[in-house]
Amino acid sequence: MNFWIVLTVNSITFGGLLFLLASGFSLIFGLMRIPNLTHGSLFMLGAYVGGSIVIGLFGFKLNFWLAAVLASLTVAALGALIERFLLRQLPGDQLAQVLVTLGISFMAADFCLMVWGGDPMSVATPEGLGGFARAGGAVFPLYRLAIIAIAVVVAVALWLLLDRTRLGAMIRAGVDDPDMARVVGIRVSQLFTIVFALGAGLAAFAGIIGGPILSVYPGLDQDMLPLALLVVIIGGAGSLLGSFVGSILVGFIYNFGQALLPELAYFVLFLPMLLVLLLRPQGLFGRHVP
Amino acid sequence: MSEIFSANNRLRFIALAIALVVLVSLPFWVSGIYYINVGSQILFFAVFALGLNILVGYAGLVSLGHAGLFGISAYATAYMLQQGFGHTSAILVALVIGVASMALFAVLSLRSSGIGFIMITLALGQILWGLAYRWISVTDGDNGIPVRGRPAPFGYSLTDPVNFYYASLIVFIVAVAMVFIFVRSPFGAALMGTRDQPRRMNALGYHVWMIRFYACLFSGLLTAVSAILFVYYTNFISPQTLSLTASAEVLLMVISGGPGTLLGPIVGATLVVVIKTVVSGFIERWNFLLGAIFVAIVILVPEGIVPGSIRLWRLITRKRAAAAPTTTTTERTP
Amino acid sequence: MSRKVTRRKFMAATAAGAALATFKFPAPAIAQSAPFKLGLLTVKTGPLAQGGIQMEQGVLTYLKEKNNTFGGRKVEFFSADTGGSPAGTKTKVQELVERDKVDAILGPLAAFELLAITDYIAENKTPMLSLAGAEDITQRRPNPYFLRPSATSAQAMHPMADFAAKELKLKRIVTVSEDFAFGHEQMGGFQETFENAGGKIVAKIWPPLVTPDYTPFVAQIADCDGVCQGFAGSNPLRFMKTYASAGMKYPVVSGETGGDDALLRIMGDEFLGMYSCCPYTLDLANDSNKRFVAAMQKDYGVDPGFYAAGLYVATQVVDEGLKANGGKSDDRAALTKAMRSVKLKDTPRGDLSFDQYGNVVGDFFIRQVAKEGGKYVNKTLKTYKNVSQFWTYDEKAFLARPVYSRNYPPVKS
Repeated sequence: MNFWIVLTVNSITFGGLLFLLASGFSLIFGLMRIPNLTHGSLFMLGAYVGGSIVIGLFGFKLNFWLAAVLASLTVAALGALIERFLLRQLPGDQLAQVLVTLGISFMAADFCLMVWGGDPMSVATPEGLGGFARAGGAVFPLYRLAIIAIAVVVAVALWLLLDRTRLGAMIRAGVDDPDMARVVGIRVSQLFTIVFALGAGLAAFAGIIGGPILSVYPGLDQDMLPLALLVVIIGGAGSLLGSFVGSILVGFIYNFGQALLPELAYFVLFLPMLLVLLLRPQGLFGRHVP
Repeated sequence: MSEIFSANNRLRFIALAIALVVLVSLPFWVSGIYYINVGSQILFFAVFALGLNILVGYAGLVSLGHAGLFGISAYATAYMLQQGFGHTSAILVALVIGVASMALFAVLSLRSSGIGFIMITLALGQILWGLAYRWISVTDGDNGIPVRGRPAPFGYSLTDPVNFYYASLIVFIVAVAMVFIFVRSPFGAALMGTRDQPRRMNALGYHVWMIRFYACLFSGLLTAVSAILFVYYTNFISPQTLSLTASAEVLLMVISGGPGTLLGPIVGATLVVVIKTVVSGFIERWNFLLGAIFVAIVILVPEGIVPGSIRLWRLITRKRAAAAPTTTTTERTP
Repeated sequence: MSRKVTRRKFMAATAAGAALATFKFPAPAIAQSAPFKLGLLTVKTGPLAQGGIQMEQGVLTYLKEKNNTFGGRKVEFFSADTGGSPAGTKTKVQELVERDKVDAILGPLAAFELLAITDYIAENKTPMLSLAGAEDITQRRPNPYFLRPSATSAQAMHPMADFAAKELKLKRIVTVSEDFAFGHEQMGGFQETFENAGGKIVAKIWPPLVTPDYTPFVAQIADCDGVCQGFAGSNPLRFMKTYASAGMKYPVVSGETGGDDALLRIMGDEFLGMYSCCPYTLDLANDSNKRFVAAMQKDYGVDPGFYAAGLYVATQVVDEGLKANGGKSDDRAALTKAMRSVKLKDTPRGDLSFDQYGNVVGDFFIRQVAKEGGKYVNKTLKTYKNVSQFWTYDEKAFLARPVYSRNYPPVKS
């Protein structure tokens, strides 16, 4: 019984983390039509930068939350630069854009190894969240519960941003019909930069939030990227609700698959992606095929 | 005009003859078997890249799952040999399984094109990787399957690196010739038609799906052939060969060299293999270099190295021959 | 963070040193003045880079200590990055053997890398000294050119299991380890000895090498009084964190990679009290180890762990073997034989010799993680002397059993 409860809670936690990672990916994919293959690298970079600030590697120390914000802003700025100076050079050429993001991910992985070495970096659990909550016979780490709360807060904030602000309206218009958006005078190019930076910042934020559970190590980027892809394909590109549902779903499949069907864990993980692509290419909640 | 073309043809013929002489004589002027082995690797990865190029370059379908197909043929070879079958049956089974898996890939992924096609092939590739990685009772997971010995066709043991090089070279030349003929055939023209104008092709009565399906089979055949050479070369197969990074790498070979050209994938394969094997011995951060080179290629010569160089060459010669009229048709095959 | 010695730089330095040496001391014109070529297969990129970078540091520390000279011969050092993949390892071993024509090879790191090239090494008759697992290469499928101066996968687990059963009085243990040869063999050895001593293995859990979150596996640990983890690389760190954060309190025992001294500087409180058995321990108080640790701290600013020490010792074995062979390296079989015949006293891991299969016979240390002055340390509790890969079992009977694997010994219900 315990086993099921622990796995269920952890599935939701992992789903929450995936949502932080995948929501930005989904917006970028939905708006700009490119699968951003640097997304795993941005996640890892955020975790490394944030973790370094927490332990004072750059000569100054901040607490976990401030470090998370600073790391996200740094990586968001980096994302803006990548969009402005590289992706912008290749308008409309999806293939070239995929390739550039792939090239950058190679560079980022090696850059991290150069700067941080091969040692894994463990990020301490933020103050006050190191304890446990007990329910019945089961023990739940507080921090894992906190991740669920953080994911919900970010989801609501993103929803407000997309649904209630002018910027959000422009993004939605861009996702639905980029040509029409351009015709009605939305500066799509500027929008691209903003969305790419936002997505990068969210990925970095996910990285540092995930730090205390996953720790940071070379290869983390390659572990996370396929999961983000899964979420977005299943949920539907550009759909916030899709990312949310997709994340929780993937969280469950990942946790229960690993525990119950170890030999077929990755098969059952990627099978839903394939089924969705074949039966409902726009994803569960997507509005059109990207 | 006709004079320019015949001059071009003569030039092309001379270049081809030189390339052939260089490749055949390589073992005689290259010092040591190490570089001969690098040569073999370039050749069979070039065959792999040529296979992917059929889809990426000529059909306009970008696959990010080809390492999975490559891996399935390699695993099939290793598995058959491990079960005690001979080389001939192992190779035949690997070819059949490789092409059959490609057929299945095609049936599933040809429902869409563009990004959709990329995503479906990626998912399929990941599924195959996941099976190789976790289906321990068959694949032995991360431990991989060793392959003992290489075949000895007509009494030439391929254990000898020089013999292996020549075997790879023969396969390579046959593959190049096949692609050359394929591209110039009416079928190749129809395939390029489906790439550029799928709707119009449909209206003209072509069966677009079927044309693409056959192209996939051809691509799968070349992939399987290269995988068999690979597994005999390394004498080992493990799940890392099927990873997303491996799929990305072969795609990079095609795109960096120049998709839709005959020479491009060969140049791209050479570039990647040389960086991975030779340059990595001198530069510790070779992954960074590889990434940087690809970003540079995409930004500076987006059409790939081969067409890019041709463009630059024409630019220079045009300047020299100031007013000489030149045709600027977008030539896809050199 | 890591000091980088590019090969070119290093070779230039060696060459300059050689030139200087010839200038200062006009050497007698004997054949053995040709440099001895030493190759290293390691991993400097990707997830296994942590151990791989340390391996290179271990070799460089020894070379520096000996002024790049083994038995009067200059040493030319070639370091190759396999990228941690079997195909890459094959390419790089060819580079070392066929292009650089090395006389001996150190490495590779992982068992699956070693498995991919062992036949090649035997065919090309190049002595190879590796710390990778893959038991059978010194057991049922011996490779005449292979030496393992570190330990087989199970070699440290036999004493660990003995200690767990007899001193810790554990009765029921769940094992958790990576799902590849090294993990399978470690846990197999642990199970064999633990069950011989009257204990019981309740379950064996196998997470894959790449596992972002260990919770689904930790959740399966139940109905036991102890846990044996056999993780490698950075995974022990991540496993122990998840283990502690799930509120688990059972004592944990581990092998040379799970409690590696190199992990001490990045450990947290979740490691406190964990036992491990290792063929090297940072706190061994002999001259050789003091020299080695001081040099590592000076040059790289780190405490060495199992990987650095393993390669330092391996390089030492090459040096001593070459000396014993009169400085000659042309006859590779003779060189291998000379290396296998060395008996060393002053090494960072203490006394060491080899059995007829080229596997080490040496001391194994049971340690426990404690906190001293704000730093985590592995305190040695007990030393098992002269442990061979066959433990206390009869060699013939041991080799007649199947090799330790995922399903051997089977879990008894």
